[in-house]
Amino acid sequence: MNAPMSFEGAARPAGTRERLVVIGNGMAGCRAVEEILARDPARYAVTIFGAEPRVNYNRIMLSPVLAGEKTFDDIVINTAAWYQDNGIALVAGDPVVAIDREKQVVIAQSGRSEPYDRLLIATGSDPFIIPVPGHDLAGVVTFRDLDDVERMLAAAEKGAPDGGKGRAVVIGGGLLGLEAAHGLSLRGMQVTVVHLMPTLMERQLDEAAGWLLKAELERRGQTILTGGDTGEILGEGGHVTAVRLKDGRELPADIVVMAVGIRPATGLAKAAGLDVERGILVDDHMVTSDPAVLAVGECVQHRGACYGLVAPLWDMCRALADHATGAPSGYAGSVTSTKLKVSGIDLFSAGDFSGGDGAEDIVMRDAARGVYKRVVVKENRLVGAVLYGDTADGSWYFDLLKKGEDISDIREALIFGQAFASGGALADPNAAVAALSDDAEICGCNGVSKGAIVQTIREGACSLDAVRSQCKASASCGSCTGLVESLLALTLGDDVQSGPKSVCKCTSFTHDDVRRLIVEKELRAIPQILQELHWTTPDGCASCRPALNYYLLCAWPGEYEDDQKSRFVNERMHANIQKDGTYSVVPRMWGGITSPKDLRAIADVVEKYDAPMVKVTGGQRLDIFGIRKEDLPAVWADLNAAGMVSGHAYGKSLRTVKTCVGSEWCRFGTQDSTGLGVKIERMTWGSWMPHKFKIAVSGCPRNCAEATIKDFGVVCVDSGYELHVGGNGGIKVRATDLLCKVATEAEAMDVCAAFIQLYREQAHYLERTAPWIERVGLDHVKAGLFDTPDAVTRLAARFRHSQQFMQDDPWAKRAAGEDAELHQHLAEVRPLEFVS
Amino acid sequence: MIGNWLDIGPVDQIAPGNARTLPVRGGAEIAVFHTLDGNFYALVNACPHKQGPLSQGIVHGTVVTCPLHNWNISLKTGEALGDDKGCVPTIPLKVDAGRIYLLREAVVGRRAA
Repeated sequence: MNAPMSFEGAARPAGTRERLVVIGNGMAGCRAVEEILARDPARYAVTIFGAEPRVNYNRIMLSPVLAGEKTFDDIVINTAAWYQDNGIALVAGDPVVAIDREKQVVIAQSGRSEPYDRLLIATGSDPFIIPVPGHDLAGVVTFRDLDDVERMLAAAEKGAPDGGKGRAVVIGGGLLGLEAAHGLSLRGMQVTVVHLMPTLMERQLDEAAGWLLKAELERRGQTILTGGDTGEILGEGGHVTAVRLKDGRELPADIVVMAVGIRPATGLAKAAGLDVERGILVDDHMVTSDPAVLAVGECVQHRGACYGLVAPLWDMCRALADHATGAPSGYAGSVTSTKLKVSGIDLFSAGDFSGGDGAEDIVMRDAARGVYKRVVVKENRLVGAVLYGDTADGSWYFDLLKKGEDISDIREALIFGQAFASGGALADPNAAVAALSDDAEICGCNGVSKGAIVQTIREGACSLDAVRSQCKASASCGSCTGLVESLLALTLGDDVQSGPKSVCKCTSFTHDDVRRLIVEKELRAIPQILQELHWTTPDGCASCRPALNYYLLCAWPGEYEDDQKSRFVNERMHANIQKDGTYSVVPRMWGGITSPKDLRAIADVVEKYDAPMVKVTGGQRLDIFGIRKEDLPAVWADLNAAGMVSGHAYGKSLRTVKTCVGSEWCRFGTQDSTGLGVKIERMTWGSWMPHKFKIAVSGCPRNCAEATIKDFGVVCVDSGYELHVGGNGGIKVRATDLLCKVATEAEAMDVCAAFIQLYREQAHYLERTAPWIERVGLDHVKAGLFDTPDAVTRLAARFRHSQQFMQDDPWAKRAAGEDAELHQHLAEVRPLEFVS
Repeated sequence: MIGNWLDIGPVDQIAPGNARTLPVRGGAEIAVFHTLDGNFYALVNACPHKQGPLSQGIVHGTVVTCPLHNWNISLKTGEALGDDKGCVPTIPLKVDAGRIYLLREAVVGRRAA
């Protein structure tokens, strides 16, 4: 317990002034007093009550104190002399415990009572403590005041029980948590940040900037666990020893910092009967429901908003002082901006960057410099900005945002920043490029100057692609693509030829570019691709996300973690969505062979879940229709119990291997086509592909399995196996091309695996084998498989390697409860008249 | 005021980039979206085109792409974007102290006759 300290002010003539009592000796309370004194120093006799036994300091600078960049003295705002000189009575360390509004008196913990004519509540906010078991152990701290900082410093000093580096776990990856983590890490602790959401600082940052921040913090040695849900804090002898996450992971800890958020401190106001919702309700003059009581700062709720940042406090204090000195002005709410105070990391966010209608995103990424900038424009006004890596223009954007200035004149150059956008004639990006000298370097990767590019264009390169292939400009990382396009436009005017189609509107890169760069630059996550390849949208679109997810899955088998939210519905739900929103379910039947047990299980499912239809498909399977998403896991559990797995009838993946009965039964059969079909299906099931992939094996050239309109078809003949590729039914029927003929089943299997892998590695997403072969030519495919002697072996080995991670029945995992939320409703609403 | 809002539970029930559903007895099912930016929106779970379940679409920016025919629907206004025309009702939503609230009238008022 802190002993009360008194800094009694100079004697003042009693009775001549109104008595102003301030509860809260923090930034808001003191600033309000300063503002009042600046307007009318003689009006009030001021008494300030503070819970902490010290003068007012700059709370937002606690992070630099923790990090050792500043001392407490550096961050004091109002010294003892200030209170004295202004005749303010400071009661520090004796918190107010009650307000008697009738008698207009406040009562402090020591019993002291203080009468007021005007009362100002500036109690700020309290850190939110997650009520998990162990939250009250010694060593679990918040990050709110100097005492917290001192506890953290003591823990860093002490180290681990075994004498090693102290271990800190910070719960909460928001602004405050990351600043605490940074400070503790500079103080020599081994720091782990546990954040519930998948993106750090998700309220201020979008996914792209959050990813960059996480990568940088990890590079600095912190461990960042996003999606980490704290289950329990463990202790020994009353002191914390570890944090256990709900997924079972245990993180050893000598200190745990809870920085999950703050709540307005409204207890006093509520007990005194003032109107309180989330915060203490105030009007535009910071007056509460009692005209004699004002409130300001983080404890208030103004026009529905509560603020946790410092800038709004200043605006509120001005409005409050204007009102308290008889010249009311009114506070209209604040637009806030955020800067992370972690040295060496430049990060800025302001306004609304959630995009939406009429809002246009302008995104600039510079992978080489680690820069991501995004501004959001709506109705010719800037409404939001997120900057990472280069925040020099943060204040300029914030100014444009607050003033709501029309930016249509500088729109084109807005993203390049103030220096560029204010450059008059230079505001046109083409003009800016025209103004560059001939020896200015455009492509940093390949060292190509403007002069060299213009020369290449004059010599006949009239598309981006031609420039890329002839002088290599923009052929590597692509960050200069915009500049090269400007040079093409400047040099050729309307004669510029458009290049091959890009993946989607989010990028100028083609599918081939993206696939090559993923491997070359070892890109391993979607946000990383978006950053490194300068995507123009913050989080891609419904076209590019699934493509990138597939390309990563193909490039890094066993390492890449599938991104469910980038999957089309059918692949996310492992069933086929139908027009009424229900799903159809197709269990796998290897080679189209079934059994009484399988058929019984299917029949049971049809009856149990009241499926309105069950139908034989073109691929020799049974399709159960009309299953609701909630029932899917139970249906799968029943089918699994009978030994059946997912048929992948819903995926860009191996669908079915269709067979005829072959030599075992048919009088014309030349080979065991059913047996081979089953073997091929066992080898290929579960693999993800650029598009759906169908296989068939026919036992003789009569071709009853229709192998010549499949992606891969086997036609058995007396002397062996003819292998066909690139066929499909569909809108435009294409018969297969003959790829080769082999003598044994084993060879047929190898070529099948190799062909699939070549297609998986080279085709564009959503390109079936037929258009792929039409585009690249059968000779290209043959060359890829047969020109080097061991190409088939190597491709097949890569396919089989990948398959060991894929042949894991997704239905079994869902039936066991994985991703249960995808199948469950949030809740059900039953209006009163429907409650029986 | 509080009585007008329907508490449908904590924000962490919906991972960013995903949506969950809320059936309404005697009314239209609602889809609640969590964007990658961290914002929440609620729409009637039926595309204006052919009533596809929007909750099952891919979410990007403040847009959801309908799983049936790839219409892009604004989460903010419910309007179809691009060349497509149509609009699905939005349900006013607010997030307070980590919980999601829907405007009660908008939820139960949307009852089939």
